[in-house]
Amino acid sequence: MVSQSINIRNLYKIFGPRARDFVEPVMRGMSKTELNREHGHVLGLKDINITIPGGGITVIMGLSGSGKSTLIRHINRLIDPTSGEVRYGDVDVCRMDKEQLRQFRQKKTAMVFQKFGLLPHRNVLQNAVYGLEIQGVGKGDREERAQHWIKRVGLEGFSNHYPNQLSGGMQQRVGLARALTNDAEILLMDEAYSALDPLIRVDMQTVLLDLQKELKKTVVFITHDLDEALRLGDRIAILRDGEVIQQGTAADIVLRPADEYITAFVKEVNRARVIQVDAVMSPTSALTKSGLRIPAGTAVEEALRQLSAANASAAAVVSGDGQEIGSVSMSELIRCLVGHEPGTPQAAAPATAAKAMSAIP
Amino acid sequence: MDWLWKFPSMDEDMLRALKKSVDEGFRAFTRGYGSGIENLFSPLQSFLIWAERLMTGMPWPLVIALIGAIAWLATRSWRIVIGCIVTLLLIGYFDMWEDTMKTVSMIFVCTVLSIAIGIPIGIAMSRSDRLQRIVNPILDVMQTMPSFVYLIPVVMLLGIGRVPGVIAVVIYALPPMIRLTNLGIRMVDRDVLEAADAFGSSSWQKLRNVQLPLALPTIMAGINQTIMMALAMVVIASMIGVQGLGQPVLKAIANQYFTLGVFNGLAIVGIAIIFDRISQAYGLRLQKHREVVHG
Repeated sequence: MVSQSINIRNLYKIFGPRARDFVEPVMRGMSKTELNREHGHVLGLKDINITIPGGGITVIMGLSGSGKSTLIRHINRLIDPTSGEVRYGDVDVCRMDKEQLRQFRQKKTAMVFQKFGLLPHRNVLQNAVYGLEIQGVGKGDREERAQHWIKRVGLEGFSNHYPNQLSGGMQQRVGLARALTNDAEILLMDEAYSALDPLIRVDMQTVLLDLQKELKKTVVFITHDLDEALRLGDRIAILRDGEVIQQGTAADIVLRPADEYITAFVKEVNRARVIQVDAVMSPTSALTKSGLRIPAGTAVEEALRQLSAANASAAAVVSGDGQEIGSVSMSELIRCLVGHEPGTPQAAAPATAAKAMSAIP
Repeated sequence: MDWLWKFPSMDEDMLRALKKSVDEGFRAFTRGYGSGIENLFSPLQSFLIWAERLMTGMPWPLVIALIGAIAWLATRSWRIVIGCIVTLLLIGYFDMWEDTMKTVSMIFVCTVLSIAIGIPIGIAMSRSDRLQRIVNPILDVMQTMPSFVYLIPVVMLLGIGRVPGVIAVVIYALPPMIRLTNLGIRMVDRDVLEAADAFGSSSWQKLRNVQLPLALPTIMAGINQTIMMALAMVVIASMIGVQGLGQPVLKAIANQYFTLGVFNGLAIVGIAIIFDRISQAYGLRLQKHREVVHG
């Protein structure tokens, strides 16, 4: 599937009757509080610029009220922007007329919702075919395609159940099956897993990652959970008060948090599992006496395990085709784990590192 | 200080002139367009006569079997089916079969008309707050205006007979149909509608696939209310010549025939209960998918 990227440029969303009049003042620096207190308008999104590359998972993370659900609704224009553009390939979604928009939603996008949004009077199969049904795909064809995806998301044998008969996790599988049956290039997931309990959530994340390996859709995933963001996201954008405050890969966010807000966020993260050796390796391959080779993409935790098992102090990092692309040392790996906490005396670092090392089996 | 104790009302002559001119205007309208309007309603007249012939012309065991079958299909409950059959047998045994069939046929026509008019208006109303603001007070008038008052112009226009009777009944029975259709559609979960939008539904597809099916139980409650209100109008309709169970009741009132009144009154109650139980149980069965909640 050829997936194009989604480019969001200078997107503003202001809620209120005279929204358009306030774009200028906000651009010139009127604050969210001032806009709300003095003029009774709510600033939803402010100058959003995000490139969502085709074929990857982009996670938009933020706490409630940060505007993340508003943002994802601009991609299929369930919400109209106040100003700015959302380009898919070379079309601006914001300039489509009603019919073009309907076609775009039918053919190019599929969406999964936090509250599932299933049709309660239809069973699992009838829900899954909904997208194809309104496109006018024949009954036999659409049901065959839906059955395939119902099976893939692990709902085989439940086709005739009604949503109310299913648990939350299973209902969301129906939501996912419905979106996948639509066979669209863009998959929008609006806090799709937030309503699920933690174990099922991890389970569903695995389902998505496994499917994505072969589907290579352009996935936009909204979440308030940093662990979820780091696990799923090829790229992550962090939103606060309607503004993007950092975007980059998981390692970028964890290793180089843009401000204190994000620093506070990433503090509790298990860095060893999130950061991959590629992010910390040095391009030189001078120190590889041990002959230990670690494939790129390995998590730091696993790399440390291999290093300590081999009793080596450094290893070469090799790409998929066996090419040496750099090297990592034990101390580099440990340094990335403990980070540089502002205000922490330098002397404390080795102690933490020693603890980290003794924790490795 | 006289004006404090006596309301400063309109001058008597002026008031008389006003009433007279309105009355004369309407009379002129009746003379001018009465027959045209009557022709407009002639399809309704034929529909009414057809329905009445159908009900009274059928052999009674067939009618009972038919109503029993409908009850079974709609409710799947033997208790309701048996209740319906026993009620109908009792009505027949007390020699009210013919009148009951006439009433049932009229109620049937009124219900069909109310549904045909009410659902589209209800849908339109659910889509526009402005229309809702306009229609709601009209519905209030239709429901609270004493029916005798709007019988006067209807009778002046169309004379006495079935058609004016049906119009009077429909005016009274239509509001719940409109209101509950509107309410049912407005109550549909916004998340589900958003999902339908996100998959690119047109507004007609949204109405057909999401809004109407989810509003159906509420719409069924509206149909139920419409039937009940139509039955409540049977006696009043009989005053302008609608045949059926209302006429014996009217006769009983005029001549103080206590037993005749009670019998026919009970027959009305009997068919009201039959219609109510069948339509309610059907409405409930439409919601079956909501009941089975994951444990």
